Amino acid sequence: MPSFKQAFTAEAQRVSADLRQRGLIQTALGKYEVARDARKSAFQDWQAARQAAAEIKWEAINHLDEHLKNFVAKLEARGTKVHWASNGDQAREIILGIIKENNAHSVIKSKAMTAEEIHLNDALENGGYEVVESDLGEFIVQLRHEPPYHIVFPAMHLTRGQISELFQKELGSAPTDSPEELTMIARRALRKKYLTADVGITGANFAIADTGMVSITENEGNARLTAALPKTMITLLGIEKVLPKLSDLALFLPMLATAGAGQALTCYNTLYGGPKQADECDGPAEWHVVLLDNHRTELLADAEQRDALHCIRCGACLNVCPIFRNVGGHTYGTTYSGPIGSVITPHLRGLQDWKHLSNASSLCGACTETCPVKIDLHHHLLQNRRNAAQEKPAFFEQMAFRIFGFVANRPAWWSFAKQFGRLAQPLQKLVQGTALDPARAWTQTRDLPPPAVKSFKELWKERS
Amino acid sequence: MSEREKILGRIRAALRTAAPRPGAHGLEPDVLSAKFFPGGSVQQWLPSGGENFAERVEHFRARSAELKTDFQLFITQSEVEAALDKIAAAENWHRIATHEDLLTGSKFNLPALPILKTTGGYDVTELEACNAGITACDALVAQTGSVIVTSRAAGGRALSVLPPHHVVLARREQLVRDLSAGFELVQKKYATHYPSMISVITGPSRTGDIERILVLGAHGPKKLTVLCW
Ligand code: SF4
Repeated sequence: MPSFKQAFTAEAQRVSADLRQRGLIQTALGKYEVARDARKSAFQDWQAARQAAAEIKWEAINHLDEHLKNFVAKLEARGTKVHWASNGDQAREIILGIIKENNAHSVIKSKAMTAEEIHLNDALENGGYEVVESDLGEFIVQLRHEPPYHIVFPAMHLTRGQISELFQKELGSAPTDSPEELTMIARRALRKKYLTADVGITGANFAIADTGMVSITENEGNARLTAALPKTMITLLGIEKVLPKLSDLALFLPMLATAGAGQALTCYNTLYGGPKQADECDGPAEWHVVLLDNHRTELLADAEQRDALHCIRCGACLNVCPIFRNVGGHTYGTTYSGPIGSVITPHLRGLQDWKHLSNASSLCGACTETCPVKIDLHHHLLQNRRNAAQEKPAFFEQMAFRIFGFVANRPAWWSFAKQFGRLAQPLQKLVQGTALDPARAWTQTRDLPPPAVKSFKELWKERS
Repeated sequence: MSEREKILGRIRAALRTAAPRPGAHGLEPDVLSAKFFPGGSVQQWLPSGGENFAERVEHFRARSAELKTDFQLFITQSEVEAALDKIAAAENWHRIATHEDLLTGSKFNLPALPILKTTGGYDVTELEACNAGITACDALVAQTGSVIVTSRAAGGRALSVLPPHHVVLARREQLVRDLSAGFELVQKKYATHYPSMISVITGPSRTGDIERILVLGAHGPKKLTVLCW
């Protein structure tokens, strides 16, 4: 099996030459940029709002234990069952247990990246249950047996033609090239599922500590239905989702919508505070909230990168990232892609296996600049590189720098090396990009710039 | 030790080292942080929502137009009833769903059609077959063109999302400036006993999942009408 790094490099090479896929991404993200800029300009002060959001998340994460305790106490007081899971195994077991206990057969799910993170669907399917994704984009990639391409736009790599073909094959629908008709085909298919599903599973965007509520953001209304119709509801969320106060949403909801999709506000922002209450007419009889750690406390322990837990998963950093825009979402091979994925995946799945993602960056800093909660993303990429090198120094790299240091500190050696470089470079041309070329990783796709004919020192001498 | 204690223990251990303040990498001047810290309210940075009723209506109207919400403002209740009759006729409704206490203290005359009330429980398939869900609301938000509904004031969780057309009845005094004001109102009204669902609805259900082209009515209502008087 190729290593994660080899797989990444191979896919990156393939996708960056795939003009169709890149065209789709450019169009989608071009539209996003126009909408986002229009929305941002409606803010009276976007930069101050970012700072405020960053401060609030800082407070939430740096007093996480207290906020979680308040959140859970309030939830339980209204009859919600709260479960704690240290890792993916435990979370899957808890959720399977709830489904079994309720003698359920079919499960309907609304979008939840946390569920992708712990591969919940596989576990449920292996347990013999039918799981249906209800978010349109997720439904499409589920039918294709693919992971989501982007944390906010799961099917952005597909054309309507591909989706129509997929629906013809999987749902037996008539061919069409109208996005509207395709959406209606999915709506009809999924309505049937809603009316019969026993269990609804959702993710969450925020956990409100002072009132004990979970906030879910969505455009389609599928999470609303998931939380309204099945008699059992399960919500899976990472422990970092906390916000201290209900009133904080007045800031976070518009920022999430603006940064994430260029909307003033997402269509449905819904707070859930409990299962059906005695004086209410519908809603689940049972509501289970599963709190997931899964290496988040390890990231928390890294004070330098703790702010990566401020992430509200808006996807803005993916959208502006030149790497993401050229290699696409699947290339990363991770649940969370783009800059935030490159920062946190080494913490979630091991630094040595995933350090290559932190190297796959131009360090342009567009991510840091766009992040609505001001996570210091590109510096974290550098820190990951440093940590990886400290933990396991690369022999050749170390040697190369030692030799460079030696030569650069000795004028005679240095001037010899310069002369040698000028003479030897034409020879390099003969083997450029082949196994004999020592600079092959670079020169396979690029020309090595020739050394200057005269050095600065020589020019200076001539001048005086 | 329970999993809860283990996780909380790991959190406490992790937090023993302090983390740098946001923006510490010199990306923003410290002034910004000072500006926020003395407990400033977030409203001053967010999109505005209008200072008086006329401005709020303007905002709500503009946002509604962008969102494709049908917003109609009237003077009297009978005008609203007539407007609803007109929609019912135009869309050829055959059955509507609503809830008790649509208006506090007075009666609202709904179109003369079979009516399903969700109050006290209902059959989901029947609700699904209704042409419209007609509900009250807790507030309208000028800043974003949103409607705030709760499971208690708007007939439960499904009524405002399952039928293909959601009609909201709102009084003029329910139009608040912005989300902050909306959440404040919700907190004042319910703090002792929260409803299990509070939803901020901003336009009819939508998706852009296919080539980022906007389609209305993905899972929820294709149409959202706000009748206010
Ligand atoms: S890191 Fe920032 S920009 Fe990226 S997804 Fe998270 S919140 Fe959004």
